[in-house]
Amino acid sequence: MTPIVKPLIKTEALTKTYGSIIAVDNLDLEITEGEIFGFLGPNGAGKTTTCRILTTLTKPSSGHAFVSGFNVVEEPVKAKSGIGVVPQYLNVDGELSAYENLKLHGMLHGMEWGKMKMHIEKMLEFVQLSDRASSLVKTFSEGMKKRLMVARALLHEPKVLFLDEPTVGLDPQTRRNIWGIIRRINQERATIFLTTHYIEEAEVLCHRVGIIDYGRLIALDIPEQLLKRTGRFVVEMLDDDRSKARFFKNREDAGRFVASLDRDAIIRKSNLEDVFIKLTGRKVID
Amino acid sequence: MVGTYAIFWREMVILRRRLIRVMASYAISPLLFLIAFGWGMGRSLQVEGMDYLTFMIPGLIALSSMSQTFSIAMDINISRFYWMTFEEFQTAPISSSSIVLGEVLSGMVRGMLASFIIFILAAAFGIRLNVNWALLLSVIFNTFMFASAAVITSMIVKSHADQASFNGFFIVPMSFLCGTFFPLSRFPEWAYLIAQVFPLTHASSCIRAAALGMDIPLISFLVMIIYSILFFLGAITCVKKASL
Ligand SMILES: Nc1ncnc2c1ncn2[C@@H]1O[C@H](COP(=O)(O)OP(=O)(O)OP(=O)(O)O)[C@@H](O)[C@H]1O
Ligand SMILES: [Mg+2]
Repeated sequence: MTPIVKPLIKTEALTKTYGSIIAVDNLDLEITEGEIFGFLGPNGAGKTTTCRILTTLTKPSSGHAFVSGFNVVEEPVKAKSGIGVVPQYLNVDGELSAYENLKLHGMLHGMEWGKMKMHIEKMLEFVQLSDRASSLVKTFSEGMKKRLMVARALLHEPKVLFLDEPTVGLDPQTRRNIWGIIRRINQERATIFLTTHYIEEAEVLCHRVGIIDYGRLIALDIPEQLLKRTGRFVVEMLDDDRSKARFFKNREDAGRFVASLDRDAIIRKSNLEDVFIKLTGRKVID
Repeated sequence: MVGTYAIFWREMVILRRRLIRVMASYAISPLLFLIAFGWGMGRSLQVEGMDYLTFMIPGLIALSSMSQTFSIAMDINISRFYWMTFEEFQTAPISSSSIVLGEVLSGMVRGMLASFIIFILAAAFGIRLNVNWALLLSVIFNTFMFASAAVITSMIVKSHADQASFNGFFIVPMSFLCGTFFPLSRFPEWAYLIAQVFPLTHASSCIRAAALGMDIPLISFLVMIIYSILFFLGAITCVKKASL
């Protein structure tokens, strides 16, 4: 029997409109403790808007959102205690050094000084910025700023982490480092809400994936199930100069289909990108 | 109030780093006023029974402490819409009132520093002002009031350009029409009444009275307290509501 775990993040019919644009449309989500939840969707799908509502930066137009059991509109301070946020855009403080950025964060989160000092050093080490600790952050490259943002979000050991495209603009090596960090803190019981365009990121990291398009949740499951439902195997062929795909449950069916074709085709295993394209009719990055 | 301290600490770190530059920039415009009105017009000019420079310097304190305090509005604005660093405060588990208080204290330090510089400049021009509790309190309320007003405007305006036009429409006119450079008694009755609405009018009359060793006008002092409370509460509401 699985123990009953209460959701750490929950939304009920959550909706946000900007004029005639529906950024988030009737979203129902439940994310349980210890989960890495991936939110996958094309540009403008509503990922950032959802993140911002959950971190109290944006007010929902209707519906409810809860973090750690607290309504984000009614009890924002409680909902925010124990969360860590990495926004999509860079927002480190250029006028402060890397060390001071982290110290400010620790102070804002009421960390005790001795512990803070220890954690700052550990986090700087973690994201390989120890040697630049005392440089003003406005002299940092984008990737360095992003790494500092990750360090900052983790400094106070949050129970829930909101990562809005945390690895955009990072080199492949650093991206893998960040993935490692995300896994490690998840093993230390942190719950993670992660948005991404990178299919690979969702595949390697996430326990469950939600696919969002035009503000609506169009699929939500473990990657395994999403792939199974779409079909484990893909046949890709060229049709009028356009690549077309057909999905099959197993390799045998796919093989028979290819044999019946009068042109070249390839068989491969499906991935989340295929799931995405099948569901939305579009690529993740249009 | 950990949030308040954190925000104030940040401001102080940055201020310490730029102290010399900041002090020089706070000295520039008062110095130009002193040269123009002090040397330029000569000491012979008499206003309300005193020489003009003695009349003007307390006005300069009111003016300069207001505008340097109010300058936090532009910084908050930039941190909200350009650097997005204000979100670091907004996503921390701290109350809106502790954010406001942190920003207000930061603004007050700027205003106090600006007042202090005018004191030194005044001494250089041979004007000795009375230093007393009434003066200190008047400057404290003046800076508190305008720091709170600065937080309000920075939460309401939606861009950098709007912030600049707000300064142009309210702060600049107030600088000249609130008894800072000439006594309001020279105004026609209706203009005099309008001037009473502006908080700076009351600040400058309190600061002038205190600096010249006279009793401060209690009504004006009371008006400052009322504006301080209203603006501070308004600022808390605005920070609470501020979201995109
Ligand atoms: N402040 C705003 N004012 C008006 N419309 C907005 C605002 N913020 C977001 N939107 C709109 O809401 C929709 C969802 O935007 P959102 O930023 O949530 O998308 P996203 O999934 O994060 O996209 P991306 O992958 O590009 O980051 C878009 O159509 C966008 O134009
Ligand atoms: Mg986004």
